[in-house]
Amino acid sequence: MAVSLGPNASSAGRRRADLVFQAVALVVLAVALGALAVLVATVWRDGAHRLTWQFLTSFPSRRAESAGIYHAIVGSLYVIVLTAVMALPVGVAAATYLEEYGGRSRLARFIELNIANLAAVPSIIYGLLGLGLFVRTMAMGRSVLAGAATLALLALPVVILSTREALRTVPSSIREGSYALGATKWQTIWYQVLPMAVPGILTGLILALSRAIGETAPLITIGALTYIPFAPDSVWSAFTVLPIQIFNWVSRPQAAFKDNAAAGILVLLALLLTMNAIAIVLRDRYQRKGRP
Amino acid sequence: MQAAWMLSAALVTGACGGGQPAPGAAGTAAPTGVTTTVTLDGSSTVFPISEAVAEEFQKATPGVRVTVGISGTGGGFQKFCRAETDISNASRPITKKEMDACAAAGISFIELPIAYDGLAVVANPKATWIDHITAAELKTIWAPESQGTVKQWSQVRAGWPARELHLFGAGVDSGTYDYFTQAINGKEGASRGDFTSSEDDNVLVQGIANDELALGFMPYAYYNENKANLKLVGVDDGKADNGAGPILPSVETVKGGTYQPLSRPVFIYVSAKALDRPEVKQFMDFYLAKGGALAEEVGYVPLGERGYQLVAAHLAARKTGSVFEQAGSQVGLTIEQLLSRESQ
Repeated sequence: MAVSLGPNASSAGRRRADLVFQAVALVVLAVALGALAVLVATVWRDGAHRLTWQFLTSFPSRRAESAGIYHAIVGSLYVIVLTAVMALPVGVAAATYLEEYGGRSRLARFIELNIANLAAVPSIIYGLLGLGLFVRTMAMGRSVLAGAATLALLALPVVILSTREALRTVPSSIREGSYALGATKWQTIWYQVLPMAVPGILTGLILALSRAIGETAPLITIGALTYIPFAPDSVWSAFTVLPIQIFNWVSRPQAAFKDNAAAGILVLLALLLTMNAIAIVLRDRYQRKGRP
Repeated sequence: MQAAWMLSAALVTGACGGGQPAPGAAGTAAPTGVTTTVTLDGSSTVFPISEAVAEEFQKATPGVRVTVGISGTGGGFQKFCRAETDISNASRPITKKEMDACAAAGISFIELPIAYDGLAVVANPKATWIDHITAAELKTIWAPESQGTVKQWSQVRAGWPARELHLFGAGVDSGTYDYFTQAINGKEGASRGDFTSSEDDNVLVQGIANDELALGFMPYAYYNENKANLKLVGVDDGKADNGAGPILPSVETVKGGTYQPLSRPVFIYVSAKALDRPEVKQFMDFYLAKGGALAEEVGYVPLGERGYQLVAAHLAARKTGSVFEQAGSQVGLTIEQLLSRESQ
């Protein structure tokens, strides 16, 4: 931009620059939201009429009108709950170690560097790792467990990084107060620091899970199935998830399946929004608890 | 979060209480002895047929679960040869390398052709100048050395307009591409590279439907579902003995072997060891009995009654191995010729 923003720029010039920047930011925001609105509207137009009880409770079929998505909803829920169960304790424990105990030791810095790198690894790589490690070496087969373990790996870096951020925001006066009352380091972390960090941890977890629930590539790699006429009934069950079912419908020749895909996208969006809403409610509750 | 914890705890304990899986039992974990599972994987081209059969089979046979995956023909064989699946879907015959992998793992298999797939050559409905094309002209267009030189319709046939030629075709990892290049250029995987390619055939449909100067190929089922937006082009293989002149793909011409060279058989491979399990045997019998009608319903061309009888006899005799061991994909073979080779 030609406007000089240096300390010597005139007051009017700076104000003009400020206005221009505001306008640009608004336009960018409008474009982003507009694109989203158009997408949702298109999907709604195509898919809304397929959102029936029959669709939500049926299994896949070669006939678009009798195909349903029940198996994929249950599969996605199974996978995402198991992913959370695996990623949360490990992620929080790792972050606590790095933030509270690790200090600036060589090992801690080495782990830190690796976690930052892992966060940027493409998801298909996690799929290949999951295939080699969980599906074959650990003989989990193409099970819900193997899928969730793979997605937990994918979610871990985000959980760890956001937990560390959350731990850092706990004011040191809280820790010092706890120490002053004679608490040990562990008691301080468990009773004071972690509870105060819960809102931040939850936000990180939900971001990670929102990414995981939309993942297709790593699950296809580990062999999540495309046609599966039953809902998973244990962690050893074969499974599929919503994005895979949507992907399958989109690539079919019959136009009616595209409406199914649109309806599937709406279901996935609803699931995502529900997850996010739960997270926000939980976060607000803990925030109120944290600061009475 | 607490609810989630409790739910997952219930899941885990439930699973452990339900008995540990038997890892290695075909690689898939069936938690209990109550239900049995038949696992299929492989080609996306064959998927719709196997899916339809699986759907009907389960209506008829409660208690047996059938799952069908899509890993591509090659990916399917990899799993098949590791004993992770019972049946492999394939849009081309098994290769020598894949056979070696199976042999090394002690997997013997039975090769069963189950339907035909025709490759349709299509243009835009506004392209009034084209209604048929010869195999030789297709080769002029698609040969590797045409890259960058054959750029206009007029270079292919005198009388066609001197306008740009826009090419569309299946993705280079697909069995469709392998077969097309084998049939037209004489060598699997040999073609020019400067065309719009996609693994998703719907992308090709969209591309050709919106481009007056487009020419492309795709599985017949995709043309069939988009007839209004595409123009089917007849293909003349230049041989009079299997139908003279240009021929349009249809159930009759593909089945009768006159739509050449662009129709091909598709296969399933069943593991001999898996076939010892009653549910797999039951599923295979069902497949051969109902597969033809179901293949036709989902846009493929069935073999014909005689064909399925021969295939069933082949299965009953449990003849293992592949007739393609030496040669790879064969162009222009009718199913009767193929099956008579199978039964040798």
